[in-house]
Amino acid sequence: MQDLGRFGWAHFGISASGAADPLALRAANLLVGNAENEPALEMTLAGGEFQFEGDAVIALAGSDFGAGLPLWSAVRVQSGYTLRCGPSRGGARAYLAVRGGLDTPRVMGSASVHVMTGVGGRALRKGDRVEIGSEWVRGPRPPARNAPQYSPRTSLRVTPGPQASWFSGDLFSGAYTVSEETNRMGIRLRGPALANSGGHMITEGVPLGAIQAPPDGQPIVLFVEHQTTGGYPKPANAISADFWRLGQMRPRDEVRFELVTMEAAVELLRDQEEWLYSL
Amino acid sequence: MTVLPASDRSLFVSFGEEISWESHLRVRRAVSCLHGIRGILNLHPAYTSVLVDFDPRLFSHEQAIALVSSQLEAHRDDPPPPGRLMEIPVRFGGELGPDLDDVARHTGFSAEHVVERFTSVDYVVYFVGFSTCFPYLGGLPTELATPRLSAPRKHVPVGSVAIGGPQAGIYPLSSPGGWRLIGRTTLRLFDPVAVPPPLLRMGDRVRFVPEASH
Repeated sequence: MQDLGRFGWAHFGISASGAADPLALRAANLLVGNAENEPALEMTLAGGEFQFEGDAVIALAGSDFGAGLPLWSAVRVQSGYTLRCGPSRGGARAYLAVRGGLDTPRVMGSASVHVMTGVGGRALRKGDRVEIGSEWVRGPRPPARNAPQYSPRTSLRVTPGPQASWFSGDLFSGAYTVSEETNRMGIRLRGPALANSGGHMITEGVPLGAIQAPPDGQPIVLFVEHQTTGGYPKPANAISADFWRLGQMRPRDEVRFELVTMEAAVELLRDQEEWLYSL
Repeated sequence: MTVLPASDRSLFVSFGEEISWESHLRVRRAVSCLHGIRGILNLHPAYTSVLVDFDPRLFSHEQAIALVSSQLEAHRDDPPPPGRLMEIPVRFGGELGPDLDDVARHTGFSAEHVVERFTSVDYVVYFVGFSTCFPYLGGLPTELATPRLSAPRKHVPVGSVAIGGPQAGIYPLSSPGGWRLIGRTTLRLFDPVAVPPPLLRMGDRVRFVPEASH
């Protein structure tokens, strides 16, 4: 169960968590007429079966899990309907939003499950029941146009990190492969080693999307359940407009980095927000 | 003080490179005067710096820098927010503190004297961070500083009380770790259903109270 995350607790050592692909979660909610931050079900790589005990309006957004329903569209389903999602065919994640939201407990202001620590509960299991809420704000919307496409070869746009000057252009010299050890805390990459010429630093706060260079030089992209502080230097940081790409990366995917300016990053985010609000 | 963009939605606010009581107070004051402002989403304090996450839909970097700078300026003379005194019962040595003898060897004291020195002072939670709610404690008597293990343990038990270089800390969850384990507390430092989850918070004072081992 995820919403857009639990903010305001990093100084207590708790990162925000939230949807790994916030763009798909927001879109799924907006399409069924919910506020964008309603909790929705996040599926990662494997799907699941969901039986509806009443009529509902739902939307699936994100990767194609072979559910046999149009993606990025509000769809009416009848009581007794079973939604069957298999393994993901494109990216890594999809979101199931239900008109009215999901009636699930908020912990510290968010329904997001912080899987690694158990803050906000646990991942759903077979047999769990989830109540549908009544929190919609408008009517269901027409299907989204120009929805994101997923590819096993991602170009991730980054801005310079706080220790960018410690590194030469190694990060941009070739392709990296997403490791199997990737989880919601960090996306581990294998590829050209990042040589750090700057030395040692004091532990400092780290943001979502930070690209850390540990001593072995193999980058780790800090993800939604990231640690709040860290002592490894950071040559770059994923831009906000590409956070959704992080949530759709699968083990063995190929990633290349592209450096952009802060101004360009802000502009790209503005374009993305415009797309969302066109839904 | 320096304020620099760390990402397209965060600022790195630094009070220097020196880990000191003064920089800690500035970090605490910064967290206290920035917390709860609309558009400031998260604050990540550390020894000498605070990372400020902001909503990039509400602020540009320039606006965020101006906001942070004016808040810090307006509150520069505020007294630091009060901390609480927290007593932590600890059993030292033996299986619960497998590195106590190494610390004794390194420092040249007896294990008993290490425990006596370690429990004779109050510590301050400089910040909580790392993986989850790890309290970084300042105030370790300098003569007890002991280097970290050359190879971290894969599994440090929950509640382990440890020395890592000039710092002390308590593992809130079982996790990998390279600090020297000298004892263990049965107090639960991290409770996922508590609000907020950590027992120890930035600015709290910590007193370790030795418990007799059976």
